[in-house]
Amino acid sequence: MFRARSIQSSLTLKDKILSVDYILVFSVFILGLVSILAMYSTDGGEFKYHTNSHILRFFVFFGMFITLSFIQIRFWHSQSYIIYVLFFILLLGVKYFGLTSSGSKRWLDLYFMNLQPSELMKIGLILFLAKYFHRISIENINQIRFLFLPIVVLVAPVILVATQPDLGTALLIAAGGITVAWLAGVRVKFFAISALAFLALLPIAISFLKPYQKSRILTFLNPERDPLGAGYQIIQSKIAIGSGGLFGKGFLQGSQSYLDYLPEKHTDFIFTLFSEEFGFFGSLFILVLYAIIVWRIVKIGNVTRSNFGKLFCYSFATAFFIYVVVNMMMVLGLLPIVGSPLPIMSYGGSSMMAIMLGLGITMSCKVYKDTPVN
Amino acid sequence: MLSPSSGNTVIKSKLIGRRMFLLTAAKAAVMAGIIGRLVSLQINERSKYKTLSDKNRFREWKLAPERGIIKDFFDKEIASNEQVYQVHLIPENSKDIEKLFVRLKTILNITDKKLSYLRRVIAKQKPWEPIIVSDNISWSEFSRLNLFLHELEGVKPVVSVARMYPDNSSAHILGYVSQVSAKDLKTKKYLKELHVPGMSVGKTGLERKLDQEIIGKIGFQRYEVNAFGKRIKQILIDEGQAGKSFKTTLDFEIQKFTSKLLKDKAAAVCVMDIFNGDIVSLVSSPSFEPNEFVHGLDKDYWNSLIKNGMRPLTNKTISGLYPPGSTIKTLVALSALENGIIKPLDTFRCKGKIELYGEKYHCWEKDGHGIVNLRKGIQRSCDVYFYEVARKLGVDRLSETAKKFGLGKKILDGFIEERSGVVPNTKWKKKFIGQNWYLGETLHSGIGQGYFQSTPLQLCLMTAQIANGGFEIKPRLIFDTENNNLKNYLKHKNENPNDPLPTDLLVSNFNLKPLFKNQEHINLIKDAMYSSSNEPGGTSYRHRLENRKFTFAGKTGSSQIKRFTEEQRAAEVKQESLPYKDRDHALFVAFAPYDDPKYAISVLVEHGGSGGKAAAPIAKKVIKKVLERHDLRQKVNSLLGETV
Repeated sequence: MFRARSIQSSLTLKDKILSVDYILVFSVFILGLVSILAMYSTDGGEFKYHTNSHILRFFVFFGMFITLSFIQIRFWHSQSYIIYVLFFILLLGVKYFGLTSSGSKRWLDLYFMNLQPSELMKIGLILFLAKYFHRISIENINQIRFLFLPIVVLVAPVILVATQPDLGTALLIAAGGITVAWLAGVRVKFFAISALAFLALLPIAISFLKPYQKSRILTFLNPERDPLGAGYQIIQSKIAIGSGGLFGKGFLQGSQSYLDYLPEKHTDFIFTLFSEEFGFFGSLFILVLYAIIVWRIVKIGNVTRSNFGKLFCYSFATAFFIYVVVNMMMVLGLLPIVGSPLPIMSYGGSSMMAIMLGLGITMSCKVYKDTPVN
Repeated sequence: MLSPSSGNTVIKSKLIGRRMFLLTAAKAAVMAGIIGRLVSLQINERSKYKTLSDKNRFREWKLAPERGIIKDFFDKEIASNEQVYQVHLIPENSKDIEKLFVRLKTILNITDKKLSYLRRVIAKQKPWEPIIVSDNISWSEFSRLNLFLHELEGVKPVVSVARMYPDNSSAHILGYVSQVSAKDLKTKKYLKELHVPGMSVGKTGLERKLDQEIIGKIGFQRYEVNAFGKRIKQILIDEGQAGKSFKTTLDFEIQKFTSKLLKDKAAAVCVMDIFNGDIVSLVSSPSFEPNEFVHGLDKDYWNSLIKNGMRPLTNKTISGLYPPGSTIKTLVALSALENGIIKPLDTFRCKGKIELYGEKYHCWEKDGHGIVNLRKGIQRSCDVYFYEVARKLGVDRLSETAKKFGLGKKILDGFIEERSGVVPNTKWKKKFIGQNWYLGETLHSGIGQGYFQSTPLQLCLMTAQIANGGFEIKPRLIFDTENNNLKNYLKHKNENPNDPLPTDLLVSNFNLKPLFKNQEHINLIKDAMYSSSNEPGGTSYRHRLENRKFTFAGKTGSSQIKRFTEEQRAAEVKQESLPYKDRDHALFVAFAPYDDPKYAISVLVEHGGSGGKAAAPIAKKVIKKVLERHDLRQKVNSLLGETV
């Protein structure tokens, strides 16, 4: 057994290909096809800009996912700090060279695409912390001096992203980081203290919030407060989903989206559109696909030997799950509209790239599940 | 083989696994929550959201229905519709309303006041709801608007229909239409589901009476619209239903003829078919321009109407109340005969005045009429004779007869402006004035002064019911071939000239309601009226028509505005020399032709002086015109199945 493990590096290509989790690949592919259908519908049933570029992105990044799957897990482990730093530099770059659109600075112009480094940071932070907590021994985990670095590593990008301003992504980045720390065994006590500290700092943070962000939170608490303004999105989204009924209005028949009642239908509200056209069963189908993906990632975490791999897979699965449910709860009127894309479904290259990167690393954990990392 | 750190690693990986298990449980819970929410939205509340979604999608535009046409007896349109050119504006389609207003002002004739009104309306309603900038622009304005349309975003030229009255001779009885007011919406229930911005409703006259039927059913267009209110496609169109058209009994020719006769006078004329109650003409003067009301009234014009002392807005035929004056003498005499108080040949001596109850009662003829019987009393309109008759008759019996003949109550149905007038008696005075009846007041009532108040239409009906032999008729304005009992009876009588029917058979066989006890009494009154118009000494003798085809029998009257003082009487002051406002109203009632009565007429000239001088000449001309057109009318009647 142990001998076998020591020759992991000499796995044949055939072994590698056979060890890929095809259920995961297949689910992601199906979800990608569904997302293309949805995008086609947002374009009013034509192959227009959004559909075409979504198709291109999906296949390019899906290819990237498959390719990355065969990169040695050791590589990810050894390069994870570098990757984090690289992403962090990109984030800093946004601050100084970023593109401004509708009041926030989130993108870097890379000529062939507009990159949103905050999306990549979601994965970068998990990668960093997985390695960090993999390396420190269990006795040291709950010592303050060993928690200092993770806190800095987590807070720094979150602040950068929050001040873009992009509150939603900042919170999702933080959620991913916190998940790693929790899984690694950091005591609940520390989270409680951090939460208290966060609450104490909240009034100060609120004073930094832009008026539109404050209004979004207030509107979430009472959507009817301003039915034609910020609450409009939530109300229209609920109308669209509710009117879909059991079987939906039919493909390309979603009147709410077709007649432009639905805001941001390509990105944050893509689930609403799908749900309006395909109803309860359609929504359930999407939910099941996501559940399968999360389940497969967790399963890879179970079989991979290294704690680095486990931490990464579990954290990524959890973060992925959080992205999905935050988006869904948002469009279902259960959370304020914070602006978070639905993984794979939503239009957006950086988000797609980050998710596929995460999936690639996950798959590498599967392919090289027995390879020890140090 | 295991290094110390590998034990550590195993413990760590167990810890990670435990915590992951907790997270998985939490995930399952969240997932269940989301599914629960989907169930609640898409299954439990799906019909609610479906409705909301449809409300989003569909927008309805109501279309005002075309108002029904009102025609005269000969199917001439007296209230019709015309094409009008309008300017509508959909505020949200315009990028800059203020700029648009400035541009519109150079093309159309819009006042600043109108613009500020429009701004207020725009602020109140939804941005996709059209507003009417101008509901009636000229063809040249309309074509100019179309020329510049490309630079007037949001403006829509609309061709619509609106009420149009060919002339104003029938303005009072037709009434007018105008924009729906808040009060209309409150009082008229049928408008609730009918309300379309810019729709007109009948405010007075027939337009108001017939409003519910004539207004039609609104149509609507239903469009699918996008979130910006832009119409994507038309889903449904319902043209609505034009209002019902009505044929009236009025003769437009006579209306025009009469209104020309009454020009510059404050006067009223009513003409009625004495058998079926068809109102042939109903004219009040001065008139107003009903077309002015259709598209929002000009304030100056309104003020000029309000300030005009001749009250052009009042329909004098049914809303003007005047003491009937001597025209009532026909009923006083009839009542006295019916009650057996006098015989036709009983006489009184008129010395120009009579002293009773310590007061002097004057006859209009200062020197008196000498010996007067019933026929002469009516012919000369001798006041003293009627003082004596009234004194013996008493006011209560007189009021009973007067009410039977149609005074003191509303005649038409559904005209809010109609007034009922007053037929006084002892009970009435006690109730409304709170005093006992004075005997002297009976004498005033006997010559139609005092508390007596009647409308010209009531006097016309009274005369018609005398002229037709004393049978009750129901005046009507809407053409109807039914309800011609009296004509059926007439036919029967013509076919069986030697078969006079007793009263109870009239009632049972022909469903008639006789207003007399003895028809001979009616004939006596008719004969006396004939002498008044056609025998020397009669009060309207000068204005008789000698051609037997046209010869009428009438009764003059003048209703006192101010009682003469003793000094004025002594100085023999003439009506003409009094200030206009103090002159008597001139009245004349008649029926024609005397030999074969067909029509009754009443004429009132406010402050015209004596009935013989001011009202009878008008009656003479109208009677001639009406009788000349009788054959035409007859033709229509027989064509449409009326008997006789």
